[in-house]
Amino acid sequence: MIEVKNVKKRYLTKTAIEHITVNIPKGGITGLVGENGSGKSTFLKILAGLVRPTKGTVLVDGNVVSRRLADRIAYLSEQDTFYSFYRVKELVAFYETQFRDFNKERAEELISFMKLDLNSKIKTLSKGNRGRLKIVLTLARDAPVLLLDEPLSGLDPMVRDSIVKSLISFIDLERQTVLITTHEINEMEPLFDRVIAIKNGQILGMADSEEIRDQEGLTIVDWMKKKYE
Amino acid sequence: MADTFDTSKPIYKQLIDQFYWKIIRGELKAGEKLPSVRETAVEVGVNPNTVSRTYNEMERAEVVETKRGQGTFVTENQQIIHELKEEMKQIQIKQFVREMEAMGYTAKEMIADLTRYLEEEYHDRG
Repeated sequence: MIEVKNVKKRYLTKTAIEHITVNIPKGGITGLVGENGSGKSTFLKILAGLVRPTKGTVLVDGNVVSRRLADRIAYLSEQDTFYSFYRVKELVAFYETQFRDFNKERAEELISFMKLDLNSKIKTLSKGNRGRLKIVLTLARDAPVLLLDEPLSGLDPMVRDSIVKSLISFIDLERQTVLITTHEINEMEPLFDRVIAIKNGQILGMADSEEIRDQEGLTIVDWMKKKYE
Repeated sequence: MADTFDTSKPIYKQLIDQFYWKIIRGELKAGEKLPSVRETAVEVGVNPNTVSRTYNEMERAEVVETKRGQGTFVTENQQIIHELKEEMKQIQIKQFVREMEAMGYTAKEMIADLTRYLEEEYHDRG
């Protein structure tokens, strides 16, 4: 589903990632784990077509990734970039005009699941509710590929819990291929079908989560630490 | 949620044990319908694929059966439920004996201590 061949990204003098070659099969949730500055977010941005690789190719479902593929890839940014003067319902309507795969009914289900108010102004929302809203707008799309950059980062436990549950409830694991970068590995690990460990811009390994537990008797964090040694 | 699992061991197996306990204790009765894969996944906070694997394994062990278009049900076969209970009993006894052995107790002492414990326990309950 996602084929990455020898991808490298250099920013001026700094190499963010290099020698990245990996095939991610269709369906399921893949966790991208690694320390700060390991290149996780750059890798996700390249998959989203937001950053052009210096070298190498990325194919999603056989197509070379570019911004034109944006209608097949839903990307959740770590940044907070909503128009603050909108109300929730106006933002939903705006997203509906921007993405052909935007499913309004699902958006409404998600909004009630997250207990958000359609009439709230974005600028009056708490940080937690803005985090919830970002998830709503991403999961409301029927995109075959979902890329989530640090969806739990900086949010309190209640919000993190509602986000984890929304991912379980609303992702269609047979049709959708999901990649999530995260620091909150302990909270996310029961969600991952497989994990990829990244260090200094290179992939250290990819493994099935249950196989890590079954064959090595390790948690994902311990597996990552072992790979880091 | 997720913290009910030891994440250094396969989650699907731990989930199987949780279901088996519920069946043995009668929280899930013979012939009763299990929640859907998605419902269980949301409830326990794990990937639905993991829950599917749990259901498939329990089906292979004939403890549950999936009826097309209807869902997954606990078996009506009392023999299988009885065997499950016996198996769990053996596991518990084995664990008790192993740990007592590790502390240096003999078989005789184990029986004596267990008998005394049970007498006190039932005496206290009246």
